[in-house]
Amino acid sequence: MANSIEAYVSFREVQKSYDGETLVVKNLNLDIEKGEFITMLGPSGSGKTTCLMMLAGFEPATHGEIYLDGNPINNVPPHKRDIGMVFQNYALFPHMTVAENLAFPLQVRKAPKEETTQRVNRALDMVQLGGFGGRRPGQLSGGQQQRVAVARALVFDPKLVLMDEPLGALDKNLREQMQYEIKHIHENLEVTVVYVTHDQSEALTMSNRIAVFDDGVIQQLAAPDVLYEKPDNAFVASFIGENNRLFGQVRGVNGSGCTVELEGGGEVQALAVNIDGQGTETTLSLRPERVVINPTNGSVPNVFDARVEELIYLGDHVRTRVNLCGHDDFIVKVPNAAGHAHLKPGEQVKVGWMAEDCRALDASVRT
Amino acid sequence: MADVTMERPVIQTADGVPLKTKLRVTTRNNRLKAFGLVIPLLAFVLIAFIFPIGSMLLRSVDNSLLPSLLPRTAAALQEWDGQGIPDEATFAIFAEEMVAARKARTIGRVATRVNFERSGMRSTFTKSARRLAKVEAGPWKEALIKIDKKWGEQGTWTTLKVLSEPLTLTHYLAALDLKYDDDLSIVSEAEDRQIYVPLFLRTLWVSLGITVLCLLLGYPIAFLMATLPVRISNLLMILVLLPFWTSLLVRTTSWIVMLQTEGVLNDIMVALGLISDESRVQMIYNMTGTVVAMTHILLPFMVLPLYSVMKTISPSYVRAARSLGATPATAFFRVYFPNTIPGIGAGSLLVFILSIGYYITPALVGGRTGQLISNLIAFHMQKSLNWGLAGALGALLLGGVLALYILYNRIVGVDNMKLG
Repeated sequence: MANSIEAYVSFREVQKSYDGETLVVKNLNLDIEKGEFITMLGPSGSGKTTCLMMLAGFEPATHGEIYLDGNPINNVPPHKRDIGMVFQNYALFPHMTVAENLAFPLQVRKAPKEETTQRVNRALDMVQLGGFGGRRPGQLSGGQQQRVAVARALVFDPKLVLMDEPLGALDKNLREQMQYEIKHIHENLEVTVVYVTHDQSEALTMSNRIAVFDDGVIQQLAAPDVLYEKPDNAFVASFIGENNRLFGQVRGVNGSGCTVELEGGGEVQALAVNIDGQGTETTLSLRPERVVINPTNGSVPNVFDARVEELIYLGDHVRTRVNLCGHDDFIVKVPNAAGHAHLKPGEQVKVGWMAEDCRALDASVRT
Repeated sequence: MADVTMERPVIQTADGVPLKTKLRVTTRNNRLKAFGLVIPLLAFVLIAFIFPIGSMLLRSVDNSLLPSLLPRTAAALQEWDGQGIPDEATFAIFAEEMVAARKARTIGRVATRVNFERSGMRSTFTKSARRLAKVEAGPWKEALIKIDKKWGEQGTWTTLKVLSEPLTLTHYLAALDLKYDDDLSIVSEAEDRQIYVPLFLRTLWVSLGITVLCLLLGYPIAFLMATLPVRISNLLMILVLLPFWTSLLVRTTSWIVMLQTEGVLNDIMVALGLISDESRVQMIYNMTGTVVAMTHILLPFMVLPLYSVMKTISPSYVRAARSLGATPATAFFRVYFPNTIPGIGAGSLLVFILSIGYYITPALVGGRTGQLISNLIAFHMQKSLNWGLAGALGALLLGGVLALYILYNRIVGVDNMKLG
């Protein structure tokens, strides 16, 4: 196996346990291409940060091997891995100025003085902090500190840059702005980035591919659009974006489609994605924006009666909660487009959807 | 609305007083309440701290004994130019007051005071006063010199002249191993009679040594406490605090048990054959004992400030340094260590100031060579009853500590210090 490592970064059968009783990371296999921006996304405790720490060298893998650029790095200490890292709280050295912080990785590599100064200035310009070299990290705002941390992780041209929830401490507007900035830096420098976050919109905005972690296992590894539109299982479907879940039993399978009998009564035509066959339990996943209110006859195979429970006006769309087959948390996003239906609470409507928008997935744990 | 627009310029008049007055009135109650809360402490500090220190400083320059007990002699000696010996008139006044002082039984106090400055004068005084009572008429100069020829020496009288001033520097001179010679110029004591300056220097060096030892021993344990899991670090914290729950005397005497020539440590070394039974090492009742016991006692004062500073240093600093390419040693010296300097400063200053004035431990285990300046201050307070000299020594110690504090502030900056 070791001689067939083609990916830039490769996790092979990696397992990690802290206490010898439970596995935090269970048999992880992950290949990352050079120049890729890959995000590890998952709830806290899902093992994503542990993976990052193993990659950085701060935690040893209990089992398995990690390769960087074709070489196993399990026994390489962190300072020899040539991996830049941006930490959650930036970890800028408080007793050094911004320029000294940036010069640190170059100094410990014994780079010549002029080159160090040059590269520090270039890195500062890259993050639009040209004149801030003489300041202390404590004198900068959160966003500026964030930029310095990014510049410091990049200034020594590392093989790989790791980012551990770097935007968690920033407010919403700044966070979005920084997302674009990091994305642009990644595109300009063509550097390989492994990014850890629990914020799905961050992951969707920035990544080439997203690895969704849960319970120490990658649930799905795919590009953002695939992840959102074609989730493989119930966890991914509910974790990424808003999602209507309907529970039922598979009555029949025909090719790529299947028929599901809902618990509250009624039959749904759905796309068979992750079911074990006839008679098994399944979770149907349906995006709220794919549901049509009062569809024209014959346009969609699934049509149900529903009662409008609640309307929330959100500007570009109206979030409508309806009661459908006993589920009173069924959400429909009604776009605020010309001629859209004006609903009132308590009104009886028909809702419908296409079979391919309704994905029959594994029977999830109900919460 | 009209009222408001009319009032605003009144509040912000050119001199600005009305606004401030208003503010003062509104905050006065709070300030009074706050002041009321600290009054007990303020009174306590005043009585138990400020007042004794003030009294000590006063006592170190106070010289009112001779002027109050022999007022006319003192007045006459203040007039005297200090050349040769005083004239007959001064002798006459002196003789008269000596006799009176003997009757009033105050001659002993005068003799003691003079004896501090010029040893051997106590017997001269008591003898002279006793014999003078039998002399009925002058010339007093001849009579006194006949009783004791010290009355014919210039030095005796210059000493008395110095003691006639209401304020004096003699205690400070003595504390710095200096003295007035017979011509009233300041000279240093003979080499073999210098006690205080060598002792001050020894105290300084010993305190520095103890501070460095505490730092070397305390830094690793503080580091472990700050980085290990809570369960283990709590245990370590209890071990560090354990000495605080034990009486100082118990701790010191247990060191005697450990270190004495027939003690545990020597027994072990003999049993292991490291030393022979005859050449047991003397480790207590000397400087070694003082340093060992004081380092042990003062260690928590180093560990706790260090710990509180290290606790605030995020482990991600060292991780960041490692990921940026620093070896563990570089990461420690360039990133971790500089961030612990406030703790080192606070701990060192605390240990140093405590050890420079430490008294009990050197007194118990210091023997003859392990005594520090504070033991001598205690000696002058309790045994020789030379409170003036004790006051001067104490004032010099206080001044020294303040000077060091100012120096520290210049170099490191007090704002960089973190005590907890």
